[in-house]
Amino acid sequence: MLLGVAGGLGEQLGVDPVLVRVAFGVLAIAGGAGVILYLLAWAVSVEPDDETARARPVRRPSTRQAVALGLVVLGTMLLLREVGLWFGDQIVWPIALAAAGSAVIWARSDDRARWARIPGNPLEALFTGRVGLIRVVVGGLLVGSGLGLGFANTGADLAAAGDALLGVAITLIGLGLIFGPWATRLASQLAEERRGRIRSEARAEMAAHLHDSVLHTLALIQRADASPEVVALARRQERELRAWLYRAPVPPEGRLRLAVEAIASRVEQRHNVPVDIVVVGDAPLDEAGKALVDACQEAAFNAARHSGAPLVSVYVEVEPDTLTGFVRDEGKGFDPDQVPTDRRGIADSIRGRIRRHGGTVSIVSSPGEGTEVQLRLPRSQQ
Amino acid sequence: MIRVFLVDDHHFFLSGLRAELGGEFEIVGEAGEVDAAVDGIRRTRPDVVLLDVHLPGGGGRAVLEAVRQTDQDIRFLALSVSDAAEDVIGVIRAGARGYVTKTISPPDLAAAIRRVQGGDAVFSPRLAGFVLDAFHGHLTGVVDPELDQLTAREREVLRHIARGFTYKEVARRLHLSVKTVETHVSSVLRKLQLSSRHELTRWASDRRLV
Repeated sequence: MLLGVAGGLGEQLGVDPVLVRVAFGVLAIAGGAGVILYLLAWAVSVEPDDETARARPVRRPSTRQAVALGLVVLGTMLLLREVGLWFGDQIVWPIALAAAGSAVIWARSDDRARWARIPGNPLEALFTGRVGLIRVVVGGLLVGSGLGLGFANTGADLAAAGDALLGVAITLIGLGLIFGPWATRLASQLAEERRGRIRSEARAEMAAHLHDSVLHTLALIQRADASPEVVALARRQERELRAWLYRAPVPPEGRLRLAVEAIASRVEQRHNVPVDIVVVGDAPLDEAGKALVDACQEAAFNAARHSGAPLVSVYVEVEPDTLTGFVRDEGKGFDPDQVPTDRRGIADSIRGRIRRHGGTVSIVSSPGEGTEVQLRLPRSQQ
Repeated sequence: MIRVFLVDDHHFFLSGLRAELGGEFEIVGEAGEVDAAVDGIRRTRPDVVLLDVHLPGGGGRAVLEAVRQTDQDIRFLALSVSDAAEDVIGVIRAGARGYVTKTISPPDLAAAIRRVQGGDAVFSPRLAGFVLDAFHGHLTGVVDPELDQLTAREREVLRHIARGFTYKEVARRLHLSVKTVETHVSSVLRKLQLSSRHELTRWASDRRLV
């Protein structure tokens, strides 16, 4: 915390740095020896460079070493007491005990991990878990004894003023013990929220601007009588910009929805035929999902290439135990019984893909009526 | 002739609309921001308002909310470039009878205006997908079963619209009359506007602009 001595020593000894800090603190109270020791340790210690720090295996703080450290501190304290470097039994022992007790509680790493999950409510935080209860009891006792010490001596002689101060100190320590973790967590949480808000406001402002200017221009180009290439380009740009503007905060990699939506740009890029995509529900992109996406894409390529329709529609729905996909065009259609050979290959590869995953394919088409490829797949159970 | 009011803050787009629709509809007024739009609509009392979702001064939603306090019978068709779920669901829940994107072809737009004027709902494939998505999944937190769920028939109609079929094609495929399809779609619109379904609000907030 100060010069990194406690942290370094803790790592060296295999003891939690918090315990080392408490040891220094107690010794400082006991007669100032802690301060001297701390500075001495700092003077002789060497700062590890990053390389060696990483090379050294992390030592797990062990209970045995913590107890040993405690004994060393206790011994030093007794020694100091004999020598006369001592503030008095009344002050040193209670503080030392309280500090040691709270250190044990604080140092419990699982306890600290639990704090990270606790929502910002002091009452809820108070009574979470066994350790939380111990801490509250210890803190409560400290508050109580501190107040008792303070009040018992009011009205007595001047010497009692010291005791009263001690009482106040113990009370504060107790309160800190009870509410400290919650307060620090709350503070950091508020700071994080504030940073997040600033970020999202800046982003929203930029999105609104792009939305107003660029998206509108792209929409206008698509409505104007521009060449098909220009319209296709505007459409692609519009989709990319929109995807960027309205994407989720964390890109959902490996999701079915995203994979289906990606079909549109591939088909448009290759055939300049716009593709409308609607996805209902979402799921992780597993093997069945990949098969559905590939089959939909082939069907969409097929429609764009052969149907002559100005638009291809893809619809995918995720239901609890099935995936369905529909790829439709309003083009010239064909008689499914007399499939042209150039289409048969693709139809077969779509069928093959879907059947391998236990699904079914039906192709509904008649000359002049457009075509719809219907895909149905059971969802694999995880 | 159907009387139409145009609300859009993009002048190019506005003049384009005027040129496209001028022959078929009577354009009774135009506005580029919320206050002027509310005043103009109240003064001219059009049959249908073509309403841009994004407007300076509070967005299309503010226009809808203000006008519908005084004039319940003016119908709104929302028009947007965004296609973002939050925008779409927002204006529909505020009272718009339908939603189309600005890339819609002029004949389709004219058909949509007529449909809205006739009291029906206009669902694009994407809007149908949004609704299916919003009413999808578990039925936890259902407060009002009549409003918070779609019937099997409504779901089937929406699925066909999401697949890209017109109302007429949906009717033919499901062996219904076009009128019945329109009734189902209007009923879905009502549920979308009135449902307090928990998932609906959560769904919209999950997908809103970052």
